[in-house]
Amino acid sequence: MSQTKLGEKTDRVIAHELAKKQREVSVAEFFERNRHLLGFDNKRKALLTVVKEAVDNSLDACEEARIMPEIQVEIVDMGNDRFRVIVEDNGPGIVKEQVPKIFAKLLYGSKFHSMKQARGQQGIGISAAVLYAQLTTGRPARIRTRISPRHDPHMMEVRIDTTKNEPEIVKDEKIDWKKEHGVRIELDIEASFQKGDQGVDAYMKQTAIVNPHATFIYTNPKAEQSVYPRAAEHLPKEATAIKPHPYGVELGILLKMVKQTEKRTLQAFLTEEFSRVGSGTAKEICDNAGLATNTKPVDMEHAHVEKLMEGIKKTKIMSPPTDCIVPIGEELLEKGLRKEVPAEFYASITRKPDVYRGIPFVIEAAIAYGGNQPADQSVRLLRFANRVPLLYQLSACAATKAVIQTDWRRYGLSQPSGALPVGPLTIAIHLASVWPPFTSEAKEAIASYPEIMKEMKLALQEVGRVLGAYVNKKKRVANQQERINIFENYIPEVAGALSEITHDKKELIVASMRKMLEKNKEFILRNKATVQEVDAEGPALGKSYDDVDDEPKEEDDGK
Amino acid sequence: MASKAKNPREAIENLAKDVVKDIEKGKQPQFDVPIRSLSNVEFNKKSGTLELGNKTAERQFFNVAHAKKFLQTIEVARVAHQLLNIGKHASLRDVYYMVKRTIPNTKTDVVDEQTESDKAIEDLELLSEFSREQLHINANKMGSVAGKVIIEDAGDTIDWSRLGSGGWSVPSNVENIKFKKVDADYLIYMEKAAVWERLHEDKFWAKHNCIIMSSQGQTTRGIRRLLQRLSEEHKLPIYVLADFDPWGFYIYSVLKFGSINLAHMSETMTLTNARFLGITADDIEKYGLQKNFIKFKDVDTVRLKQLSEYEWFKNDKEWQRQFKMMKGFGAKAEIQALSARGITFITDKYLPEKIKNKEYLD
Repeated sequence: MSQTKLGEKTDRVIAHELAKKQREVSVAEFFERNRHLLGFDNKRKALLTVVKEAVDNSLDACEEARIMPEIQVEIVDMGNDRFRVIVEDNGPGIVKEQVPKIFAKLLYGSKFHSMKQARGQQGIGISAAVLYAQLTTGRPARIRTRISPRHDPHMMEVRIDTTKNEPEIVKDEKIDWKKEHGVRIELDIEASFQKGDQGVDAYMKQTAIVNPHATFIYTNPKAEQSVYPRAAEHLPKEATAIKPHPYGVELGILLKMVKQTEKRTLQAFLTEEFSRVGSGTAKEICDNAGLATNTKPVDMEHAHVEKLMEGIKKTKIMSPPTDCIVPIGEELLEKGLRKEVPAEFYASITRKPDVYRGIPFVIEAAIAYGGNQPADQSVRLLRFANRVPLLYQLSACAATKAVIQTDWRRYGLSQPSGALPVGPLTIAIHLASVWPPFTSEAKEAIASYPEIMKEMKLALQEVGRVLGAYVNKKKRVANQQERINIFENYIPEVAGALSEITHDKKELIVASMRKMLEKNKEFILRNKATVQEVDAEGPALGKSYDDVDDEPKEEDDGK
Repeated sequence: MASKAKNPREAIENLAKDVVKDIEKGKQPQFDVPIRSLSNVEFNKKSGTLELGNKTAERQFFNVAHAKKFLQTIEVARVAHQLLNIGKHASLRDVYYMVKRTIPNTKTDVVDEQTESDKAIEDLELLSEFSREQLHINANKMGSVAGKVIIEDAGDTIDWSRLGSGGWSVPSNVENIKFKKVDADYLIYMEKAAVWERLHEDKFWAKHNCIIMSSQGQTTRGIRRLLQRLSEEHKLPIYVLADFDPWGFYIYSVLKFGSINLAHMSETMTLTNARFLGITADDIEKYGLQKNFIKFKDVDTVRLKQLSEYEWFKNDKEWQRQFKMMKGFGAKAEIQALSARGITFITDKYLPEKIKNKEYLD
């Protein structure tokens, strides 16, 4: 026992040493190797990722400080594929001492272990953007910050020491800044700007849709400025942090938690570090795992933790609380869509919270139908996770699958099998969760957990039904109008022919027939074509030989 | 609908006036068109012909499903009226083009295909109680005739025995033909123009004192009407020579009993005493034509079954025997198969023998 312990300790020390060395040589290398995971696959995507990370941070900061966000985004084309990205918010600002760590140290952040609905998750985002800027243009990040009118504004230039993953302050000075509080970040990066569904323009528009409480002023590299004014008067309710639910914890995380906990007993560890675990449940978990409640977590080995996992699986535990989720809300989601997607009909739905793998989530869906949207193309699908637009990996996303698996023909649209429906429609799907599951670290597509798919489909069906009622009513009206048109257009023709034969005045016949049409409109609209067709042939008859009295007989092929 | 009028022009005018009257009264403009389908066709055992029943279908203008057909009917009426006024004839194809145009403010044409205007013309026949030919609308001519007959047509005197190798082309309207001399003991009508040419080259009609007539495939109205006139006005026996297949049998059936689609014209077209000369199943055996068989396809089998179930064949033992033998062969043969026995076999031996021995089916 003691021997193994000793051995393990030795192992651990060596591993730590190795890890340090690895890190020292490889922050830049790590980035290079993982740039596709971080959203820097290509120049076009890099521009989007940099803007996205900065805007996410600004929105999160404002909301946390309960400030209505006003965010300015500006992209300046500096030539030679170089762009300056400037994002400025009216948030609480960052204390000067924190600036280097937040912007110039990878994997530094407060959100990593918190189970709270937020845009960013791993705290890798903004520092990765800084590193990208540094690697492509060699320029440090320029950060302005001011935490209140009583404090001086600061300007700092920071960079990452890639060998140590430590921040380096290049410049630090007091400046003049009229802003009362907030942060402004400027990054010079290598990038390329393109319009289209996966560009920054689309991202800004979609961000405005799902953040109706925020105002955005966006200037693209073509110096085109768009202002997205806020549509909501209030900030969304503050998201509360919850402790992880035992069902949502994977072995790796559980191992880490066991190592890091300060609790002295397994019982205390379970009740205090997890949600929905009271003393009774904790005891049951321990019994099912075959571990004593007073086991010291620090003493637990890999095998013990595996046993604990088994115990958790065997125990019935109440679902996690769901009040920690803050959906956009039906009304605001529709408002957001309304201001950015001009259409003639809107509908939206916020589902009740549900749970996947012990993690609570809420699905919301909204639609905008008609207007100038193209009727002969696939519908436009906007996907969001925690108020962040997802622009890539469309086909891998649970939202896309849910839309495809919904039968839109029932709602009056056409839909090729196994494809998105076709019609003048925009569909927005939003997943709000304390831990939205993605298919990859790049956070581009929502993973298809059965519970999530089910909720998405139910949400789509609900808005679909409303849409169907509208579309069908519209079709009916159009159909009725078409019927009336048939008669209106045929009347002069019939009257013309009659008048030619009888020499009655064509105008008089037309007038009489129009009068009849007017009088019988109601009747005609209701009257369906039920009268037997005149030339229904007897099915047993060889048609070509019964009525052909003019056509030559087909020759046999023997000739 | 329209009461029986003196002439086709008046009939069309009455039809149109009735519609205008209805419109003025605020009544739904409509035609009642007799239904032309097997469900509304009856076999009259007494007369031995197919007759149209009493079932009619309403064709209303203010009905989405009918409006276009209503317009088509009134349009062909207009065209026919115009033709009658100026004393000109037009073909079915002409009428199609005279009616076809795009209706203003729509993407719809009055007619898309000729079958639509043809159907409308048939309706007009039923509504006006005048035949297409009487309405100055003709089908393509498609038949030849030769024999010792002199006629007058459109002011010309024509001798059917002096028209070279082509013979006289039968027009689609034969109502106004006058027979000046008919010197023949019988008439042979054949389904194949090629066979007619054979007989004509051999001067069969001169040697045997008969008339030979053909059309290509299904018999045209003009031919049927001409046959009927010769049969009734000159008491000529009519013999039908057709392929040994269900379709050949059906040609005989239409000539003798009438067709479903033209059941309304049975009176003026059927040949109740037409005889089926050949090719019969017995001919096949007698002349050893099995080696010239063409195997049945599925459609042939189906068609044969339909034929054998027709009311006018159902209780005819002789015909049922033919059907049964054909089914047994599972094959068919053309008239020209006789040429295997020699090019003039049909004129030298087959036809004279059959007629002499009265080997035909009634």
